[in-house]
Amino acid sequence: MTHASRFARLGLSSLIACGAAASALAADAPVIGLITKTDTNPFFVKMKEGAQAAATAKGAKLLSAAGKADGDNAGQVTAIENMMAGGAKTILITPNDSKAIVPAIKKGQAQGVMFIALDSPAEPADATDALFATNNYTAGELIGRYAKVAMAGKTPKIATLDLFPGHPVGAQRHNGFMKGFGLQAPEAKVNELGKSAEIVCSADSFGDQAKGQTAMENCLQKNPDINLVYTINEPAAAGAYQALKNAGKDKGVMIVSVDGGCAGVRNVKAGAIAATSQQYPLKMAAMGVEAGVEFAKTGKKANGYTDTGVTLITDKPMAGVDSKDTKVGTELCWGNK
Amino acid sequence: MSSTTLSPAPTTWRPPPLATLGPLFALVAAAAFFATQSDRFLSIQNFSLILQQVMVVGTIAIGQTLVILTAGIDLSCGMVMALGGILMTRLAAVSGLNPYAAIACGLLACMAFGLVNGLLVTRIRLPSFIVTLGTMNIAFAITQLYSSAQTVTDLPPQMTFLGGTFAVGGAAINYGTLLMLVLYGAVWWGLRETQPGRHVYAVGNNPEATRLTGIRTERVLLGVYVMAGAFYGIAALLSVARTGVGDPNAGQTENLDAITAVVLGGTSLFGGRGIVLGSLLGALIVGVFRNGLTLMGVPSVYQVLITGILVILAVATDQLSRRGNR
Repeated sequence: MTHASRFARLGLSSLIACGAAASALAADAPVIGLITKTDTNPFFVKMKEGAQAAATAKGAKLLSAAGKADGDNAGQVTAIENMMAGGAKTILITPNDSKAIVPAIKKGQAQGVMFIALDSPAEPADATDALFATNNYTAGELIGRYAKVAMAGKTPKIATLDLFPGHPVGAQRHNGFMKGFGLQAPEAKVNELGKSAEIVCSADSFGDQAKGQTAMENCLQKNPDINLVYTINEPAAAGAYQALKNAGKDKGVMIVSVDGGCAGVRNVKAGAIAATSQQYPLKMAAMGVEAGVEFAKTGKKANGYTDTGVTLITDKPMAGVDSKDTKVGTELCWGNK
Repeated sequence: MSSTTLSPAPTTWRPPPLATLGPLFALVAAAAFFATQSDRFLSIQNFSLILQQVMVVGTIAIGQTLVILTAGIDLSCGMVMALGGILMTRLAAVSGLNPYAAIACGLLACMAFGLVNGLLVTRIRLPSFIVTLGTMNIAFAITQLYSSAQTVTDLPPQMTFLGGTFAVGGAAINYGTLLMLVLYGAVWWGLRETQPGRHVYAVGNNPEATRLTGIRTERVLLGVYVMAGAFYGIAALLSVARTGVGDPNAGQTENLDAITAVVLGGTSLFGGRGIVLGSLLGALIVGVFRNGLTLMGVPSVYQVLITGILVILAVATDQLSRRGNR
């Protein structure tokens, strides 16, 4: 590994040296790195767009890279090394493995690089200088509160289609939903799924449409009277809807979700999903780039957690629950409109 | 397997009559257990559901069984299926091609990948593991590039027909499930009763001896990979019909899921031994655990644990029985 990476670094730095000579005029443009989980997921495509737009506006140079697949830590470590060799003083990262990435971050920080986690935190969260992300617990609470009002008068029989065991985002959204719905729920810090008599079935969807469909089918088999479905994200919600439709129950059952991708907002508009909590990858990235430019200019580092906000998107607003309609949701969504 | 037992006609391996008994026992035992744990488990409706849930992996497993019978392995199956699915849905829903023509294109693309796998294995004599590792990545990348990682919706009804059901005695039976069962029946018969089918076993048992008896082993292998591709293409159509969309992220775990089904079904990873119907049982075992544990309200991670244990048991049983045969 050392030989290969040394050669790679040598090659990269000589390339950069050539580049620097050619663009001596722009020598002072701050270099900012963006490392996403993958480069195919529309969420991260949108994040990259936001970062590029902000970089262009602020006169910064953006380097971007991604892990090969969800969970690829080694690829992200290599990207950090390459970006530092490329002169990046700020690196924005959505960690694939919240713990495994920390040593590489520590090494970079020792050389004066500022690290900002986007979308999901490192573990411990203070391993990065700052975190710009959605509050997933709040995202869950919003749809929970919405569902509570929308279900008024009915006895709730809830199915939860979760992510997979042990993932903090899965637990935060699930537990936030329970809290919003008025159930006894674990706090935001807890990494376990809350249980309650109203939740008649919980199954893992892996955030995947086909697996979400299977999970919903099994839940309906367990309890055919399910009337409310919480889903970890919109692909899982689409799978749940397909299962309900096949069972002839798509009319009487309400699905709520989290994400706010364009495909998801379309499903809200079509009535398949009642409401979704929309998050803002573009904003996370833009704020990250601005912080990077600020750091380059003044040496002042960003710190702590900044909530980039969530909005409840629905076309059937409920009294006492703030929401925006799908027109607004479509303007702000990510993915193909 | 020792070469001293080389028979002049290595095509004569017949499955012992009790070969699928192990997986069948595991399946029945699991079903009996869940029947005592949940009063909703034991119903035609629920079995129909489990069959629907395994029809995609089950159909891929047919192709995978053929490859494994020749002592090969195919890692590309899930990604090739995803490519076939994206190709047929985009051609129909985005480019406006006739749905049947679009389905045919998807099938042909999957068979083309099978052909490439087969050619690399037979002509350049690369190990199938490496060849299909390569084509797996290639198929994934093409799928992502061609679809811009976007899900394809609004499919014509012809493409989702197989996802539909008809009622038999109050239970909803799914067309796709029937197709899968018919395919299993056909392949089981073909492997057992036709000459090319017997040649597949022979090539897996001892390629050199088979070649010496005058069988063109490379042609058999090539045929196996192309056929496998065709099954992945059919699985693509089934997956599209079941979910109602073309999903660029489909198929990511299906290669290992299919290999798991084949191994659980008692087919030997060393080639030459196995019954395709076992792979159906293998797929069903996984499906029964997933369904049953959900009905019990137990986290699905236990299904993963149990699957792991059963895989080891299946492979160990195969290895021990080989030693016994020596």
